[in-house]
Amino acid sequence: MNLSAIDPILLLASLMVAATPIMLAAIGELVVERAGVLNLGVEGMMITGAVTGFVAATTTGSPWLGFVSAACGGALLSLVFGVLTQFLLSNQVATGLALTLFGLGLSALMGQGYIGIKAPAFPDWHVPLLGDIPVIGPIVFQHDPMVYVGLLIVLGVWAFLKFTQAGLVLRAVGENHDAAHALGYHVRRVRILAILFGGACAGLGGAYLSLVRVPQWTEGMTAGAGWIALAIVVFASWKPERLVLGAYLFGGVTVLQLNLQAAGVAVPVEILSMSPYLATIAVLVIMSAGRAPGSLGRIFHAAR
Amino acid sequence: MIALEKRPQPSTIWVYLAPLLAVVLTMIVGGILFAALGKNPISVISAIFYEPLFGEFAFYYRPQLLVKAAPLILIAIGLSFGFRAGVWNIGAEGQYIVGAITGAAVGLALYPAETRLIFPLMVVAGALGGWAWGMIPGLLKVKFGANEILVSLMLVYVAEQLVAAMALGPLRSPEGRGFPGSRNLSQWASSANPELMAGTGVHWGVVAALIAVIFAYITLSRHIFGFQVRLTGQSPRAARFAGVNPGRMVLACMGISGALAGLAGLFEVTGPSGQITIDFNVGYGFTAIIVAFLGRLHPVGILLAGGLMALTYIGGEIAQSNLGLPGAAVQLLQGMLLFFLLAVDVMTNYRLRVGTREVA
Repeated sequence: MNLSAIDPILLLASLMVAATPIMLAAIGELVVERAGVLNLGVEGMMITGAVTGFVAATTTGSPWLGFVSAACGGALLSLVFGVLTQFLLSNQVATGLALTLFGLGLSALMGQGYIGIKAPAFPDWHVPLLGDIPVIGPIVFQHDPMVYVGLLIVLGVWAFLKFTQAGLVLRAVGENHDAAHALGYHVRRVRILAILFGGACAGLGGAYLSLVRVPQWTEGMTAGAGWIALAIVVFASWKPERLVLGAYLFGGVTVLQLNLQAAGVAVPVEILSMSPYLATIAVLVIMSAGRAPGSLGRIFHAAR
Repeated sequence: MIALEKRPQPSTIWVYLAPLLAVVLTMIVGGILFAALGKNPISVISAIFYEPLFGEFAFYYRPQLLVKAAPLILIAIGLSFGFRAGVWNIGAEGQYIVGAITGAAVGLALYPAETRLIFPLMVVAGALGGWAWGMIPGLLKVKFGANEILVSLMLVYVAEQLVAAMALGPLRSPEGRGFPGSRNLSQWASSANPELMAGTGVHWGVVAALIAVIFAYITLSRHIFGFQVRLTGQSPRAARFAGVNPGRMVLACMGISGALAGLAGLFEVTGPSGQITIDFNVGYGFTAIIVAFLGRLHPVGILLAGGLMALTYIGGEIAQSNLGLPGAAVQLLQGMLLFFLLAVDVMTNYRLRVGTREVA
């Protein structure tokens, strides 16, 4: 065992990278749930994003194009969920599960010829001036651009929900869809848009795994990250500002257990690998007091 | 203008028609998909849905169908109780794994005793293991309000790590020359779950699945518990007024589904699989969710749906080896089937109203 091999600065820096995919997927799901829709297909959309992003990036050689296609792929898959739940009024829990099962199959099929290939390099972005600050610079300001894109999206969602009229409408639809409908808001339209946004974010999160974090394509590579994202939304009590905290907490657990594995701690590897999932359960037990949006998971049918 | 109008009562015709229509739609869209992959859609569809039942080698595939269908049916029957009552146990895969581990552990602890009493003991241990693993999300839900969907699912990943640890550590065969994996339980007479009639594929798991179907049918249609399950699903408030304790309902549903999933795992580890290995689980727990919905959460429906899903597994293997169809295509087909069922299901509860909207 060699705990001194763990460099705290490196640990904190890789924490931000480890948290980014979960944060991206979770912020999308947060918007979906604030609109009153429970989409359990995050895992499926994430892995579809991971494979579309990887395929696009390796064929074009551009990671940015990869991320754009991943967002489109995730959104396209979420549209299936949107049509089924909003127009064909299917059960959201069952449809979300179907989306995950379907996405896992679809991604395995699409990624067949891409196993074992390395993703094109996505260079880190050394923020001028800020990146040169000792200690804080390497931890916060020397990452790849997607880390900052993710934080910007969270900031954008926070401002959108808090300060804009459209954000207010979205929250109204999520709290009480019958009242929102009576006020003349287009419940279905708002929800479809929210679902598409959620799909795009999940796609981005998946692509971050296959293009930056791993960076390779393997079947089933999300390994529950989409489900952890769902748990983080609960942890955050549906508030964007707390979501960042949750994502970094989980990033921390993940990175720490990987570092402990590498340092050869006298704990079986399997126990360490369990820890992110056990931490999720612990969080769900402690943080179940948050209040969910009023119409979450309920079917909206404008009866006349 | 086409609008949906809620039916006062679910349509009886559509309850039966929807799954059939979903299968037909899956075949059509699946065929298009296979054509896009450069395969002849007719031969792929017939390889999946026809060959295992009536093809030249059907005598070999039919027993295989029972072997695949048994765990799916067993798990899906358990899940159907919870899904009816609005208790979402998504972690059957984990309960399946833990049932196999506890059952195998009890058996291996008694190795190499020669008595047929060991197998029943292992069956009990397997059911208890699955039950206990299912009780974790149940208790956390009742005591702390933790979401049972997420907790049960997280426990799948924990169980996957656990089975790897067991295969490498405590349960590793001392005669395995250091390779991971336990002793082969199907080759030890005391723990084996053999074919009961030669050439039929019927093992104790198949028998248990059939008993579970009958048990579930009687419980749901004749017993007060079945009534309470249905009532809770349709109207939780009414159920509470009728004296149903919601917490106890959660625990009962999680317990039943966990125990049945654990049983499925035990019959698998003592029979078709034979040993605890690192990659012991193959996704039966997740496919069983499709089976439960496709069977309309009804025991007889689940029996048929389990058979159909087993057909896609076996047929998919045939298409894979004979026609070079990618294995993932079958998984995609199964997901598609659930999608189409959910889409078509709108007709069960709603009817289409074509015409102009009246002005109030």
